[in-house]
Amino acid sequence: MSANAHSAAGSIGGRRAGGALEAEVLAVLRKAAPHALTPGEVRTALGGSLSYSTVVTTLSRLHDKNVLARTPRGRAFAYTPAADEPGLAARKMRQVLENEPDREAVLARFVDDLATGDEQLLRRLLDADLDLGQ
Amino acid sequence: MHLAVYLPLLLPALAALAARPLADHLNPRLATWLLTVSAVALAAASSLALGLLALAGLARIPPAAALGHWSARVMQRDDPTTLWVALIAGALLTAAASAAVHTFWHRARTLLAAAVEATRLPGTGELVVMEDPAAEAFAVPGLPGRIVVSTGMLHALDHTERDILLAHERAHLTGRHYLFTAAAQLAAAANPLLRPLAAAVAYTVERWADEHAAAACGDRRLVARTVGKAALASSRTGGRSRLPAAALGILGRGSASLRSAGPVPRRVAALLTPPPSHRALPLAGTAAVLLAAALCAIEAADDLEGLFDLARLR
Repeated sequence: MSANAHSAAGSIGGRRAGGALEAEVLAVLRKAAPHALTPGEVRTALGGSLSYSTVVTTLSRLHDKNVLARTPRGRAFAYTPAADEPGLAARKMRQVLENEPDREAVLARFVDDLATGDEQLLRRLLDADLDLGQ
Repeated sequence: MHLAVYLPLLLPALAALAARPLADHLNPRLATWLLTVSAVALAAASSLALGLLALAGLARIPPAAALGHWSARVMQRDDPTTLWVALIAGALLTAAASAAVHTFWHRARTLLAAAVEATRLPGTGELVVMEDPAAEAFAVPGLPGRIVVSTGMLHALDHTERDILLAHERAHLTGRHYLFTAAAQLAAAANPLLRPLAAAVAYTVERWADEHAAAACGDRRLVARTVGKAALASSRTGGRSRLPAAALGILGRGSASLRSAGPVPRRVAALLTPPPSHRALPLAGTAAVLLAAALCAIEAADDLEGLFDLARLR
């Protein structure tokens, strides 16, 4: 789908409308989800004809609109489509979990926060089973 | 009233000492039941004992005695407890009752709010995936309860490990573990000596869910690894752990031991050792403590009733 959009936009030649490029970028990221993509990877997926800074600008604009979520990867950010409705509701839930100590008492978390020394101990207990590099 | 009335006040301290060993060595399901029932029963017995002491004190005050048609003088002569003891008991009982009511009210409201949120969560399925790089997973009690897992957590685990996580959280919901923790915390609010029991219950329900997941997948070591992986992923992505790993050396906690460890390493260690069995001795010990508390409370109540009979004005 993104390939079609790309060739269509490309056939206009030169500058594409900002909205069209945003839609294209979003399509690339939706296809790649749940894996997040760096601007370089997005550029490659779009055919590589765009400049790196154009892709970065588009991605940051989408991020500013809360359409994309990003996590640091290396020196850049990796982007994924941001939460849709379900994601937002669940995110609100997480905020509730973090802000209300009494609420936390009824929510059964899979793992509690690690206290000082716990991580070391865990690695010692499970050293053969865990990737220590992580 | 004699020694019998004071024993229910001391037994919670004994139970508090036994809570951790019971939680560590008993089958977690049995331990959860035992600790919860003990906490509630001991809170009731100690409150009853405080009530009896306070009542005996009240009966010595002439206006109260006149109102109840008994002799204040007989009460003063025959009851060995001093007025001070009665006053302290009355104050403690008031504090215990208000703390219990407060805790009950808050917990009930929170559980209700959680149930409402559970119905509001998107979709109709049991599982709700939230878009969040931080590794997080929890069960929300409700009718029906829901399980919320972040994409960060899903990415940190492989297919089998995700199944283990879901089996664990499902065990919390189907076993209604939130009721056990709520009951134990209510007891601990009424009698703060019982706090170690409430803490032990919070731990044993996690162990219960771990063993449930282990039974479902048939490999306890795999469950141990999943818990460890999830905890490390959570502390790596969420920034919620209290101190970065680099700070460990500075704090001089080089020899981290299980005794002082948090719940996650203890759960992992328990899963790496053979499954705990049902043991007769702790069961008998707990039964003895509860029986003693109940008998003493009944004996003290009987005593006080006898005293009132004696002092009744005819």
